[in-house]
Amino acid sequence: MTNSVPELEDADCILITGSNTTSSHPLIASRIMKAKEKGAKVIVIDPRRTHIASLADIHVKQNLGSDVAWINGLMHIILKEGWQNQSFIDERTEGFEEVKKAVEGYTPEKVEEITGIPKETLREIAEIYAKSGASSIVYCMGITQHITGTDNVKSLANLAMLTGQIGRPSTGVNPLRGQNNVQGSTDMAAIPNKYPGYQDVTNEEIRKKFEKAWGGPLSPNVGLTVVEMINAIEEGKLKGLYILGENPLVSDPDSTHVEKALEDVEFLVVQDIFLTETAKKADVVLPGASFAEKDGTYTGTDRRFQKIRKAIEPLGEAKPDWEILCMVGKAMGSKGFDFPSPKEVFDELAELTPIYHGADYDRIEKEVIHWPCKDKDDPGSPYLHKDGFARGKGLFTPIEFKPPAELPDEEYPFQLTTGRLPFHYHTGTMTRVSPSLTHEVNEAYIELHPEDAKALDVKSGGRVRVSSRRGSIEVRVLVTTGINKGVAFIPFHFAEAAANRLTNAAALDPIAKIPEYKVCAIKIEKIDGREA
Amino acid sequence: MEYQTVRTTCTYCGTGCGVLLEVLDGEVVGTLPQKDHPINEGKLCIKGWSAHEFIYADGRLTKPLIRKDGKLVEASWEEAVGLVAKKLLELKEKHGPDSLGCFSSAKCTNEENYLLQKIFRAVIGTNNVDHCARL
Ligand code: SF4
Repeated sequence: MTNSVPELEDADCILITGSNTTSSHPLIASRIMKAKEKGAKVIVIDPRRTHIASLADIHVKQNLGSDVAWINGLMHIILKEGWQNQSFIDERTEGFEEVKKAVEGYTPEKVEEITGIPKETLREIAEIYAKSGASSIVYCMGITQHITGTDNVKSLANLAMLTGQIGRPSTGVNPLRGQNNVQGSTDMAAIPNKYPGYQDVTNEEIRKKFEKAWGGPLSPNVGLTVVEMINAIEEGKLKGLYILGENPLVSDPDSTHVEKALEDVEFLVVQDIFLTETAKKADVVLPGASFAEKDGTYTGTDRRFQKIRKAIEPLGEAKPDWEILCMVGKAMGSKGFDFPSPKEVFDELAELTPIYHGADYDRIEKEVIHWPCKDKDDPGSPYLHKDGFARGKGLFTPIEFKPPAELPDEEYPFQLTTGRLPFHYHTGTMTRVSPSLTHEVNEAYIELHPEDAKALDVKSGGRVRVSSRRGSIEVRVLVTTGINKGVAFIPFHFAEAAANRLTNAAALDPIAKIPEYKVCAIKIEKIDGREA
Repeated sequence: MEYQTVRTTCTYCGTGCGVLLEVLDGEVVGTLPQKDHPINEGKLCIKGWSAHEFIYADGRLTKPLIRKDGKLVEASWEEAVGLVAKKLLELKEKHGPDSLGCFSSAKCTNEENYLLQKIFRAVIGTNNVDHCARL
């Protein structure tokens, strides 16, 4: 997030898109509701009437995968009406002219045609967002899990820069991270092209710094992403895989393909707290510890350092994951894994990571620190881009609308989108064994619009077979007006009817390489019209 | 009876609410919100309130396992870690560093993510390191 969570409360306008905030980030949703009580306008642009959408001042259901079009449409209106923040554009950004030209064609009429958003509503949204004192954009996976995910994010940044709604408290472009430490694991370079702190593996000077610190030669080549590694196994190029605390067999799109890869890989290590579907395929399973059994830090979605503290001993012979990794490093003959506790690991990583440099365990105990935190006197940065953007000037990027990779056709006439439920968490390895959570919902279902349900002759509780070009699952039906006609929604927590058997892994965002989870074409066939 | 609360962070989502784990005689029995935490100010969602429940769930792994004759069987730490190190080094030797890769975890700590990528970058010599943030 460019801004911290508590700041949301003082925003005058909050534009939420592709985030089922009440379900995925309940305590951020409650901040948003507090802001609303204080007079903020809340706008939700989402294909489903989520809980937050039902509480919003304005909710519009855009067509799946049409985000670039409505964002360009907002900019078109803002420029036409002269609501842009010209001094911010002139002083702090570059590339404005190109974007101005690019959005010229996105007239409200054309945008209504592509997105289904009425042109009057679009104008209203543009006015509220541009003219409010502090407007904040909040988004989640609904925006990034498309072939145009990178385009969508850049478009939102264009919108914020155009109106100067960034670089001040309670403004900004704020992605909500799904899992507890997505932010920290990305910061710590669990990504193929960076060292910790977003330092390029291809930059020779930086590589030399790490070679010196880690005591050996490093690869100058960008590595493979999760999806590319799975493909590399099938091509016989990747022979060994080490999976830490992940369950890709349920979380990856197109899981039939992943299952085969995990069976085919020559050597598979899984380190987890449960014997997950993925761990069952492993050659070696190492039992890690839950958050209650170890010390360490997480980095929250707003770049805030947080301690986790050991409350109990690990169960049985399980060990804290940091300790296991040190054992593996040492067993491989390396000297760089002699850490008595996570504190010393943090000291080493903060030394090498400029944005973490000023943080240490003592400070995190006493203060709330958001990175970047450059030295011991730096209080950290609740919001980014205060006096300028990281690269100097904020760069506008002209973006054209592109339709989703897989459109409905005669054989697969419905569009499917996926998402999470309030009671479960990702693939459910933790939540599905928790009694108070499984009590709420413990079965996959498909949401259908009443007219579609009628045409298929099914009612809520009935069973249908849902198929795509990649696979097929059986689920119960939930009829709801909360979704547009022709669109269906399945939550992705349930291994026995995994929505990701249907989704389209082949379509990747060309830059971020995120698979297009959020849209694919399906057909639906009735099994039982009504629950027996 | 010995009762204490341990200040820590909810493990379910990136909001990062402050929680107190209630520990009774060495067992976690409940989760409470931290009142003075800047994010949640004394509140939690349903996942947060039940953040301790999965800790003792059936199916928790308590021993290392090794595949022998097609089946996963219990092993000692020494044997399991030794086998991991030996196989990774062997594959590196035979097929080069880029024949190996890892999926790190958005559920694990910063320190753990740092250590796993350090094993792959510094000891094995590949940048085949990713996590499921894009998923
Ligand atoms: S209590 Fe709820 S909102 Fe807070 S971190 Fe946990 S899961 Fe997220």
